[in-house]
This record gives sequence, C-alpha cells and structure tokens, in this order.
Amino acid sequence: MTAPPDDCLARNEWICGEYLSTRRQIIVDAVLQHLELTALSVLIALVIAVPLAVAARRWALAAGPVLALTTILYTIPSLAMFSLLLPVYGLSASLVVAGLVLYSLTLLVRNILAGLRAVPEDTRQAARGMGYGPIRLLLTVELPLALPAAMAGLRIATVSAVSLVTVGAIVGFGGLGNLIYTGMNTYFKAQVLTASVLCVVIAVLADVLLLGVQRVLTPWTRAVRS
Amino acid sequence: MDEGGPLVNTIGDAWKWLTDAAHWAGDDGIWHRLTQHLVLTVVCLVLSCLIALPVALVLGHLGKGGALAVNISNVGRAVPTFAVLVLLLLTPIGQWGEGPTVVALVLFAVPPLLTNAYVGMRGVDRSVVQAARGMGMTGRQVLWRVELPLAMPLILSGVRIAAVQLVATATIAALAGGGGLGRIITAGFNLASTPQVVAGAVLVAVFALVVEGIFEIGERLAPGRARGRGPTV
Repeated sequence: MTAPPDDCLARNEWICGEYLSTRRQIIVDAVLQHLELTALSVLIALVIAVPLAVAARRWALAAGPVLALTTILYTIPSLAMFSLLLPVYGLSASLVVAGLVLYSLTLLVRNILAGLRAVPEDTRQAARGMGYGPIRLLLTVELPLALPAAMAGLRIATVSAVSLVTVGAIVGFGGLGNLIYTGMNTYFKAQVLTASVLCVVIAVLADVLLLGVQRVLTPWTRAVRS
Repeated sequence: MDEGGPLVNTIGDAWKWLTDAAHWAGDDGIWHRLTQHLVLTVVCLVLSCLIALPVALVLGHLGKGGALAVNISNVGRAVPTFAVLVLLLLTPIGQWGEGPTVVALVLFAVPPLLTNAYVGMRGVDRSVVQAARGMGMTGRQVLWRVELPLAMPLILSGVRIAAVQLVATATIAALAGGGGLGRIITAGFNLASTPQVVAGAVLVAVFALVVEGIFEIGERLAPGRARGRGPTV
C-alpha cells in the first residue's frame, strides 16, 4: 500500500493549487452553469421589465400595483422563493431561473421607471412639438434618456443574480453554489474558498463589463447615477 | 390536460402540513423555529446598528471615508451570502453553534446601514449646518441636534433594508446548519416533502412581509419630517 500523498488536498488547506489542477473540469462546468443561469435570468427579466416599466410610466393606475408587486416579490427571501416555485417547476434549472427572474425584474422595473420619470417634461414637449408620435417619442427620446438609470439597475440586478444563483444549490442547480454545498458537506476547504472567490470574480467582471457597455451606449453622459 | 391538479394538491397538502398541530410543537416545530428566526433577526439588527451607525454618523459628520461607506454596499451585494455562511462554518467560528449565522447576518446587515446613514448625513443641507455653526453650536451639538434628525429618514430606510436582508440571510443560514424558519424548508428538501417545503416557504415569506409591513406602518405613523425620501440602496 502506498502512503497517502502529503499535499495540500490531504492537509485540507484553504488555498490549494492541486485542487485547481485536479478538479479543473468540475470548476469549469460549475462556472459555465453559473454564467448560463445568470445570463438567462437577467435577459428574461429585462424583456419583461421594459414593457412593465413603460406601462407603469404611461398609465398612473398601473404604477401602484406594479411597484407594490415588485416590492413584495423582492421582500421574499431567495430560499423561500425557490421553494415556493418547487411545485411548479420541480427540481430543475427552470426553477432557479424563474426565481432569479422575479428578483431581477424588481430591480429593473424600479430603475427603468425612475429613469423614464426623470426625463424632463421640456424635452418631451419639444419632441412633441417637432411632430414626434408617442411610439417615436418613447423609442428615440424617452428610452435613450432613461438608459443610464436602466443600466445602473441592470448592473445591480446582474451582480445580485450572480450571488443568488448559489442558493440554487438547494435544488442542485446552483452553479458554483453546488461546489460550495458539496464542499460544506465534505468539509472541503479549498473547494468552498475557490468557488466563493470565483463567484465574486464573476460578479465584479460582469459589473465592469456592463459599465463598459453603458459607456459605449451613452457617450453623452459620463456621470453614473442610480 | 390536468396540469392544475398536482399544483392544487400541493397547496392543499402544504395547508394541511401547516395546520397540523404536531408540526408546531417541539424542537423542530414551527414555534421554536419562528422564535429562533425572530431572536436572530432582532439581536443581529441591534448588533449591526451598534456597529454601523456610530461609524456612519462620525464619518458623515466629518465628511470622511465616503468612498468606503458608499462602495461597501456594492461589495456586500457581490458576495454570496451562502458562500460566507459556509466559509464561516469551516473556520473555528463554526464550532460555536449559531456563531457563523450571527457573524454572517451582521456582516450583511452592516453595509446598507452604513451607506444609508452616511448618505443621509452628507445629504443634510450644508447651509443648515453652517447656520448651526454660526449660532455657536459645537460639532457634537451639530451632529446630535441638526444632522442626526435631518438624516433620520435615510437612516431608518437603511434599518428597514437591513432588517429585510437579515430575515433573508437567516433563512439561507439553514442551508449551512443554522436555526430559524429556513430549517423547515431544508428539512422538507431532505425528506423530499414538497408540502413541507412549500409550507416552510410560506412561513418565511409571511415573516419577511410582516417585518417589511411593520417598517412601512412605522414610517407612516412617524412625524412628516421623518418620512422617507426612499432608500438609496
């Protein structure tokens, strides 16, 4: 019988190069799942949020219920949200995506609505005076001017989603959260720390990427406001 | 074509689970978990306020450390709660029972408190502060009698955000072995009992909404001066 190897894995150290080299495929898969779940949720949320925010801006009656509903959704803790969706989606990736969509939706609707509301009345009237119809006004004046606030919302929603995906580990679809969960059960320090650090790195990279997109989309403003 | 059937059954079963007296008693019972959740939330909210508010008030009064106070919320958002809970569990703190939960809860409640209180303090009209100084108030008097009352709406909205955050974090703590209502959910997952999972989730959701509602009512009852301008985080 060979003696057990005396490397950092055997000693269960927090930082371990061996872990990175021997478990590379597992880590890559987890990161890919993490990115997939995050991107899908935020994109779906964005597609739903824009019309909701526009409707809430246009019809004052819609604003109250939309804001109240999103506040209620946002108040429900993530673990409970995933659990409430269990009868609908079962133990699936759709469950995690659906839960994350509901959270991202809240952040996006609030921010897009705030951006639309902040469009100066003068600007709107000037556009109308130039003969802009409601659709053209929305697409070429209001939405572009709401873009900085909307992008701020998108950044917050994305960073939050990256962090919340980990809770999806409860149903087995948590990206890096899965590694943290199994690492916890097996007391595997290197795995937990590596996965946690990767989560934060993904969040920061996504934030920086979106900030870059925002700069490109809104060259007329350098001020970032939320 | 009976897609609604299983869903309705699950809701019915969850209701049965909730109304079964046996599930309310004992160490794993709802009452015990509810009490744990409440105690964790309140104790950690008080602890976080004791840590964050003095720092924020002093920094805001002096106008220093703004970048830290504002960015700490962004950092807090990027760090997964679950990761911090598990990391703490694997450190020596993990030996102290609810230690990891308490530390994680405080860590996640401090950023919104700090940011909102700081922004509130800095948002006080400078001419008001100068008028107070012109009247001969000392720095301490300006802080307590001018800046603090005017910053109160934002400080309170920070407390509200922190409270809701605490309820959510305490729920996730169950994944890492902490107490509280989340345990009903995780136990449900372990037993593959969807009704129990849903029942636990309903309890957690109602708890969170009640906490939010208490702050909402508190804000409405507060004198007009203290009413929120809306949270910044």
